[in-house]
Amino acid sequence: MRAYWWKILTVALLAFTLTAGLLLDVPRLPILNETIRALHFHVTMWFGMILMLMVAVVYSIKFLRSNDLRHDDMALEFTNAAILFGVLGIVTGMLWAKFTWGDYWSGDPKQNASAIGLLMYFAYLILRNSLTDVHQRARIGAVYNIFAFAAFIPLIFVLPRLTDSLHPGNGGNPGFNAYDLDSKLRMVFYPAIIAWTLLGTWISTIRVRLRRIERKFEDKLINQVS
Amino acid sequence: MLKEIAVLIQKEITLEWRQKYALNGILLYVVSAVFITYLSVGAKQGNIGVPTWNALYWIIILFSAVNAVAKSFVQEHQGRQLYYYMIASPEAIIISKIIYNTLLTLVLALLGYLVFSVILGNPVQDQGMFLLNLILGAVGFSACLTMVSGIASKASNNATLMAILSFPVIIPILLMAIRVSKNAIDGLDWSVSLDKIVTLMAINVIVAVTAYILFPYLWRS
Repeated sequence: MRAYWWKILTVALLAFTLTAGLLLDVPRLPILNETIRALHFHVTMWFGMILMLMVAVVYSIKFLRSNDLRHDDMALEFTNAAILFGVLGIVTGMLWAKFTWGDYWSGDPKQNASAIGLLMYFAYLILRNSLTDVHQRARIGAVYNIFAFAAFIPLIFVLPRLTDSLHPGNGGNPGFNAYDLDSKLRMVFYPAIIAWTLLGTWISTIRVRLRRIERKFEDKLINQVS
Repeated sequence: MLKEIAVLIQKEITLEWRQKYALNGILLYVVSAVFITYLSVGAKQGNIGVPTWNALYWIIILFSAVNAVAKSFVQEHQGRQLYYYMIASPEAIIISKIIYNTLLTLVLALLGYLVFSVILGNPVQDQGMFLLNLILGAVGFSACLTMVSGIASKASNNATLMAILSFPVIIPILLMAIRVSKNAIDGLDWSVSLDKIVTLMAINVIVAVTAYILFPYLWRS
C-alpha cells in the first residue's frame, strides 16, 4: 500500500478528469464553445511534458555526477514519456486548432516552438542510438539532454511571448482566467495536470524496471559464456 | 587560464593557416551558396524583397557556419586530442574553441554580407545595428555549434548528426537574429529592437554557460 498508493491516486484522478472534464459545465465562449474542454486534455499534456523533462534533466545531472547507469535509465525513460506527451499535445492541439482557428497548422509561434522542441528530443533519441558503448551513450545522452533543455526553455517560454500568438491569453485574445470566475475549470484543470503527470511517471517507471531486468539478463548471459 | 586560452586560440589559427584549403573551401562555400540562391530566386539587383533577402542571408550563414564548425573536433586525430587532454583544462579548450569559431563565423558572415551586397543589393539602413547583430549571432552560433560538434564527434555518423542536433537548438538564436536584422535593414529606432537584442544576448549566455559546464563531462569520455 505504501508503495503503490500513488497509482490508485492516478487512476482516481484520471477518472475524475475524464468524467468531470467531459461532463461538467463549462463557460460558454464565442468560437471556443465546447472546445474549451481541450484545456484538460491538451494544455495538461504540455505541463506533464515539461515536468517530466525536468525530471529527466535532474537524472541526467545525477548520472553525470555518479556515473550510475540506473540514473540514465530514468533520464531516458522520462524523456521518452515526455516525447509521447509532446506528440499527443501537438496532435490534440492540431485537432483543437482545426475547430477554432480553422486549420490544423496555422503557423502559430507556440505551435512552431513545440514542434521544434520535439525535433530536439527526437534528435536526442537518434544520438543515443548512434552510439554503441553503453556508458558513452549514457554520458553523451545526458550531456545533450541538459544542453537541449537549456535551449528548450527560451524556445517555449520566451520566444512565443515576443510575438502575437493565436493562443488564448496571447496577442489580445482573452485567456481562460478572464472567464473562469467561478474557478470551475480550475477545479478540473489542476487535478488533470497531476493525473497526466502521474500517468507519465507510471509509464516511465514500468519501462525503467523493464530496462533494468533486460540488463540483468544480458549480464547473466555474458557471464555464463565467459 | 587566460594564457592557456590565448595559446590555444593561437594554435587554432596556426592550424587553420597551415591547412589553408579548409579555410578557402569554406569561404568558397559561402560565395557559391550565395550565387546559387541568387540564380535560383532569379533576382536581379534590388528585385528581391527585404524579408527574403534577410532570410536567405541568415540561412546561408547558418549552413556555412555548421559546415565550418563541424570540423572543429574532427580535424585533429585522437592521439593529439589525448595530448590536449593531458596538458590543457577542458574549460580552456571549450572557451578557446568558442572564441575561435566565433571569429571564423564572423569572417564568414562578413564575407557573405559583402557578396550579398554586391550581387543581391544591400538594403541595410542601420549598419551599426546590423553588424552588432552579426557579432551576437556569430557568438551564439559558435557557442551552440562548437558544443554540438563536440557531441557529434563522439558518434560516428557525423554530418547528419551535426545537422539534426544543432538545428533545433540553434533556432531560438536564429529567429532572434533574423528579427533584429530585419529591424536593422528597415532602419528602425534602436529602442524597438533593444528587448530583442537583450533576449538574444540572454540566449547566448544560457547556451555558452551550459556548454562551459557540460563540456568537461564530454571531454572526459
